Amino acid sequence: MALDRKVGLLEGLRYKGGGPMLAWILHRISGLAMIIFVSLHVVAAFLTQQMGSDLGITLNIIYQSLYFQLFIFFCVIFHTVNGLRIIVLDIWPKLIRYQKESTWLEWFIIIPVYGLAVLIMIRRFLAG
Amino acid sequence: MRSREIPRPSWNLEYLMWLFTRLSGISIAVLAVLAFTAALIMGARNQMDFETLLRWTFFPNPSHVLDSEIPDVTAGWANGFWQITQILIAFFGATHGFNGLRVVVEDYTNPGFWQMTLRLVVFLLWIFTSLIAVYVILGS
Repeated sequence: MALDRKVGLLEGLRYKGGGPMLAWILHRISGLAMIIFVSLHVVAAFLTQQMGSDLGITLNIIYQSLYFQLFIFFCVIFHTVNGLRIIVLDIWPKLIRYQKESTWLEWFIIIPVYGLAVLIMIRRFLAG
Repeated sequence: MRSREIPRPSWNLEYLMWLFTRLSGISIAVLAVLAFTAALIMGARNQMDFETLLRWTFFPNPSHVLDSEIPDVTAGWANGFWQITQILIAFFGATHGFNGLRVVVEDYTNPGFWQMTLRLVVFLLWIFTSLIAVYVILGS
């Protein structure tokens, strides 16, 4: 089924899906990033808590770095807002006609919320 | 052009997981808002930095707020209510996430031996991560 589409990578990249396609691919990337992060974090917490391993502490240093926090918070906020958009379109199918506009609305919510968080985090980072 | 016919939903795995994905997504968002609000009521505004507040919001575990000015974490921040909340978030999150991984795997594989193997791997990862998470929650 899936691989019988006969669409190569280049053709896939040329496909002009616009905002909804960007939202779809970002939803997948952010979801996969979070499942990897959370699973590793849970296993590392288990090893530290039950076996006194240093692995959890090593991973926590990465997780508490500014760059990782900016990345994972983007994943969380995007996945949440985009997920709520999908739910709204699922409940009221007539709105699917406006799905391009709905991705615009989504960015109008994400950019201020994420921007504010980035501002706070970077200010704190610069202050030391 | 005729619009495509949509089959009536039946109670199979695909429909149930489709429904579960929506419901668990909303539930996690509601639980996050609950943890965020409760943290602010309990004095997070003066006791912790922004990153610590976010850590608590996404997963209200007492070890997430050890790195703060809270005088005594056991008062309000570590109790059965938050343990139940954490178990709910862990169950909804793991099931939502690993079901998503299953959907992605099925998108890029054909039905057959390898797809079944990968589905089994995802299933085992789901069981393993959920059990480990509950163990960590009850032990912290």
